[in-house]
Amino acid sequence: MNLGGGETVKSMSMPNSSVSWKSGDGVTDQFPAGLRVLVVDDDPTCLMILEKMLRNCLYEVTKCNRAEIALSLLRENKNGFDIVISDVHMPDMDGFKLLECVGLEMDLPVIMMSADDGKNVVMKGVTHGACDYLIKPVRIEALKNIWQHVVRRKKHEWKDFEQTGSVEDGERQQKPPEDADYSSSANEGNWRNSKKRKDEEEEAEERDDTSTLKKPRVVWSVELHQQFVAAVNQLGIDKAVPKKILELMNVPGLTRENVASHLQKYRLYLRRISGVSQHQSGFNNSFMGPSDATFGSISSLSGLDMQLPAQSLATLQAAVLGRSTTKSSISMPLVDQRNLFSFETPKPRFGEGQQQQLSNNSKQINLLHGIPTNMEPKQLANLHQSAQSFGGMNMQVNSHGSQSNSLLVQMAQPESRSQMLNEINGSHRIQSSMGQPIMSNGCASGVLARNGMANNARGTLYNPLSQASSVLDFSVNHGTDLPGSSFPIGGNAGISSLPSKEMLHEDVISETKGTRGFLPSYDVLSELHQQKSQVWGSQNVGLTYETSHHANMRGSCDVSPSVIVQQGFSSIQNNGQNRSAMGKAVFSSGQESAHGNVPNISQQPNTFLLDNLLMVKAERFPDASYHNTIFAEQLGQEDLMSVFLKQQGDTGSVESEFGFDGHHLDNLPV
Amino acid sequence: MDTTHLQRQAAFVRKNLFDQGYLDEQFIQLEELQDDANPNFVEEIVTLFYNDSARLIRNIELALENSPPDFARLDDSMHQFKGSSSSIGAKKVKKECTQFQEYCNAANAQGCIRTFQQVKQELVILRRKLETYFQLARQTA
Repeated sequence: MNLGGGETVKSMSMPNSSVSWKSGDGVTDQFPAGLRVLVVDDDPTCLMILEKMLRNCLYEVTKCNRAEIALSLLRENKNGFDIVISDVHMPDMDGFKLLECVGLEMDLPVIMMSADDGKNVVMKGVTHGACDYLIKPVRIEALKNIWQHVVRRKKHEWKDFEQTGSVEDGERQQKPPEDADYSSSANEGNWRNSKKRKDEEEEAEERDDTSTLKKPRVVWSVELHQQFVAAVNQLGIDKAVPKKILELMNVPGLTRENVASHLQKYRLYLRRISGVSQHQSGFNNSFMGPSDATFGSISSLSGLDMQLPAQSLATLQAAVLGRSTTKSSISMPLVDQRNLFSFETPKPRFGEGQQQQLSNNSKQINLLHGIPTNMEPKQLANLHQSAQSFGGMNMQVNSHGSQSNSLLVQMAQPESRSQMLNEINGSHRIQSSMGQPIMSNGCASGVLARNGMANNARGTLYNPLSQASSVLDFSVNHGTDLPGSSFPIGGNAGISSLPSKEMLHEDVISETKGTRGFLPSYDVLSELHQQKSQVWGSQNVGLTYETSHHANMRGSCDVSPSVIVQQGFSSIQNNGQNRSAMGKAVFSSGQESAHGNVPNISQQPNTFLLDNLLMVKAERFPDASYHNTIFAEQLGQEDLMSVFLKQQGDTGSVESEFGFDGHHLDNLPV
Repeated sequence: MDTTHLQRQAAFVRKNLFDQGYLDEQFIQLEELQDDANPNFVEEIVTLFYNDSARLIRNIELALENSPPDFARLDDSMHQFKGSSSSIGAKKVKKECTQFQEYCNAANAQGCIRTFQQVKQELVILRRKLETYFQLARQTA
């Protein structure tokens, strides 16, 4: 077995002890015998054949004909399996959804199978993180070598752990095939190889306690990440090479390797988001689009002065994520949603996007009802957008009217963009009326979310504003309760912890209900997300990601919701101040598809991280919590950090070299 | 004893199945999986396939009853069935399935209906031949 890059067997100590053969480099006499495979296929004939084949390969096989059952099996035995093989077409859950869930929650290698060998489907597998794709009918020869994926992943995880800036081959292939990218990867790879050799001894020594690396870690703080994202955006995601990013960032003490490693994770994240969106909406393009948006959105949130801070983001994300875990359909959207929050967007563009995204739901949930006035319209928009992406779900609690106040969560229907826009504009005037119609707009969900209602959007979104601050915690650290509700997910746009918004409450509640519908609209969400992300990408952060741009361009639905949200938000925040000007700007620009030059780079702080964190966490959260992620506006950025850290502690598994919990990317399916 | 004779007969039937295109290489994969622990593996799989195919065939029939039929749904159902039949190496059946899917893509309802009859027919023919083969093979075991 080729363990790769010059590493010696001894250096490959894989700390995984759950499987007998997995020791050291995993190469024991038995290996790969005993590999624990979970095979999922609704076709009983295929399933039986696969089982027999895998048994003949001396693997330990568990077969399962339903994706839901597979997921619960995996969850119950976190370390009970080494690899998963799944069919693409299954009646109860799409194979790609399962793939995403497994990748996020368990970080296991997943192999997809299908009789369909069309390029699009195979590509989908790649973008969703499948480590391999088998065409049916599957031959035993193809199964004999699946152990390589397990080893490779462990090796990669280990390498990531140990080395900064490591670029795994597996991960590498997920990167967009840009020359710049490629060359940078290649360079890094070369560097890595030499570094590997150099560090081998050191690594070997540390092998035994990989979990206690002595290397000083770079802590990717929100600000640092913002700088990073800004630099990446400036360069263009496809052209962002670590060296240049490093130069742009100009942070003393930061090494190129740190950047490279972070970049890698970022890309994975983007890709994943993109894949999710794509999957959902069936788009084939733009890797970056959605991911960018989300990323941006998350960061933008954090960047918001308002309290929407990371906490809320986290909450939202958590909510989103949490939700998704329970429902496969949601999982995708959740991811997207997460990002939604981060829109920082005050850019007009953003607004545009939002508008677009707002699809025709006239009802828009004003997620950010309570959002402190500090929130810029853009951010609101972002939130809104997220909300929208969440789904066309019913969020629409309120219809149009006072939407200006809060994030109009528009779940997913792009048609109502203009509507939203109008509504938002109209709502401008509302600002001062905190207690006003904001709620009526159905922002309720958003507001409720704020409080991290821990309840699933099912209907309890109502969280008194005062609890806003608890939201974040709530969402972040709760394994079960993702207060994601606060965010636009389904209308709960946890937007804001408007402290005084009683009125929001009602709306929120209603929104919550609305959001419920959110879950099922997987498609809607994906669609939203897709659109949204596109817009965001372009808008918020001025993302230069090409893909995102394209996506944005494409989508008519751009992030309008977010724009709207922002609008509403700002109005709310200003307590009467009419930020409408801002909002208007946002909106007016809104109809076009976003193109992002919103220089919101600074806002991208930890969206990425948050995203990761949340993603991981979210999976654990029940659906309900999803809606509860109302971001407490009061939560500041510091909270974000704490959230991350908490999450980290919570999950206990994030050990990114950044020392930041956010990088669950390590666990992302590669 | 007719063992040798039966063996030869079984081999002959088997060879025919391949030569005439009823079975493909996947069937050999199944045969290779058969061992002492599972001495009747191939037959069990084929039986399982035929039992399950009834359900899939029924799905397609129901979908075909609509006029105009939902071609996307038809294509999807047939895709499932095709995957199943390919897993046992049912070559001719698989070919008809592919043809059916082409008609779906062309939204040709008549073509679909016609081809579907072919699919069912090939299924029946294959089943009979395999049953003969398995009987012989069992006797020679």
